[in-house]
Amino acid sequence: MMSNTPEELKYATSHEWVKADEEGNVTVGITDHAQDLLGDIVFVELPEVGSLVAATDEAGVVESVKAASDVYAPVAGEIIEVNEKLNDSPELVNSDPYGDGWFFKIKMSDSADLDNLLAADEYSEQCESE
Amino acid sequence: MGNKTALFQKHLDAGAKIVDFSGWDMPIHYGSQIEEHHKVRRSAGMFDVSHMTVVDISGAEATAFLQKLLANDVAKLTLDGKALYSGMLNVNGGIIDDLIVYRTDPGYRLVVNCATREKDLNWINKHADGFPVEVEERPEIALLAVQGPRAVDKVTSFLKGATAESVRNLKPFRSLAQDDWRFCRTGYTGEDGLEIMLPEADIASFWQQLLSEGVAPCGLGARDTLRLEAGMNLYGTDMDENITPQEANMGWTVALKDDRKFIGRQALEAKNTSHRLTGLIFRGRGVLRGHQEVITPDGKGEITSGSFSPTLGFSIALARIPAGDYKTVKVLLRSKEVEAEVVAPPFVRNGKAVFKQ
Repeated sequence: MMSNTPEELKYATSHEWVKADEEGNVTVGITDHAQDLLGDIVFVELPEVGSLVAATDEAGVVESVKAASDVYAPVAGEIIEVNEKLNDSPELVNSDPYGDGWFFKIKMSDSADLDNLLAADEYSEQCESE
Repeated sequence: MGNKTALFQKHLDAGAKIVDFSGWDMPIHYGSQIEEHHKVRRSAGMFDVSHMTVVDISGAEATAFLQKLLANDVAKLTLDGKALYSGMLNVNGGIIDDLIVYRTDPGYRLVVNCATREKDLNWINKHADGFPVEVEERPEIALLAVQGPRAVDKVTSFLKGATAESVRNLKPFRSLAQDDWRFCRTGYTGEDGLEIMLPEADIASFWQQLLSEGVAPCGLGARDTLRLEAGMNLYGTDMDENITPQEANMGWTVALKDDRKFIGRQALEAKNTSHRLTGLIFRGRGVLRGHQEVITPDGKGEITSGSFSPTLGFSIALARIPAGDYKTVKVLLRSKEVEAEVVAPPFVRNGKAVFKQ
């Protein structure tokens, strides 16, 4: 079964996706591939709004029936919003990983961080070689 | 490529995600293990368990042989079709495997774990040497577990009048043979249901019939959360050859009433048990998992099985901890210490919370 990897997003090797807007803010979630590997997700721990993160810092935890996994900040900056819906409906990460299942938004401190992320085809290659 | 059961293609047709399980290509889930779990608690689900090992024991001394081989006493199987859960122990009282033994005409049938197949067969054959018994593995028998409050209705809707009636009336831990099939009122979910032994050639069409009746295909993932909620041990996880029945909440399966000399008895009677297997629940956000450390006033223990309980909506676990009377213990959950409540398993039976605090 092929995972869905939208072309317009950027990806971290640790399986987060990143969507940047024109104001220097990014939305972050975990990929379809990641949610598929984890299986049914039962808890999500989100970072505090206002907290500062460096790229590759732990910024959250996702727990499925099967396993717990850290979620990393793909870029440095300030957490400006978190998806509170995941507290009551963590299954959104399974059903809509690139939409309603988003995790948090970061106001980037340096948009050059985006250059360190993978394009969709590079991320797909990584998943296939795992 | 691993071994495949006769249902392998049916699993793929149903959208299964296949994983390796002790050398077998088995379904872990068909989309969502939580939905499969709920299906079994609320209606009916089916599990292909054909990878499990079936061994028939017959011969003049079959009873005496099994009375030596098993910690529970097959003399309790007073009627054809009755079933018994037992450990098979080594001389130190450690558990080689846990199994169900059925009284069958003309002998007995054991269903043992697939991961332990080879060592079990070696052990059984070694001890059968010198006994007038025959040990025969039956790989051509397929096994389907149909579990849930509607399971018996669904299965019996395909059976002829008299057989349907007899299967409906089966008591727990009884079985009924009909032609090449055997219907057993047993399971690994804490729900009513049947485990059905049938010829490999018959299982695909039977699966298809049950599917058309709305019985949900369920994978090993749901099987694990269901058995954990039911407080049932998993071999290799909750107990192994270094653990005695008393240390695995299986003391009730050891029959010590008479002076029967079963393998491991001497060691069990000489041993002081310092640890016990109990249940834990954690109502906070987070999931108890196997191998997490447990801290009690009398020393450390360990979670043997832990998961999220889909029925209860919080995490549950089995843990081996120093014997003592505690209401709560500390668990190291992902580098933070949390307080978990100690409860006597099972956690869930027949769809309802039943744990005792």
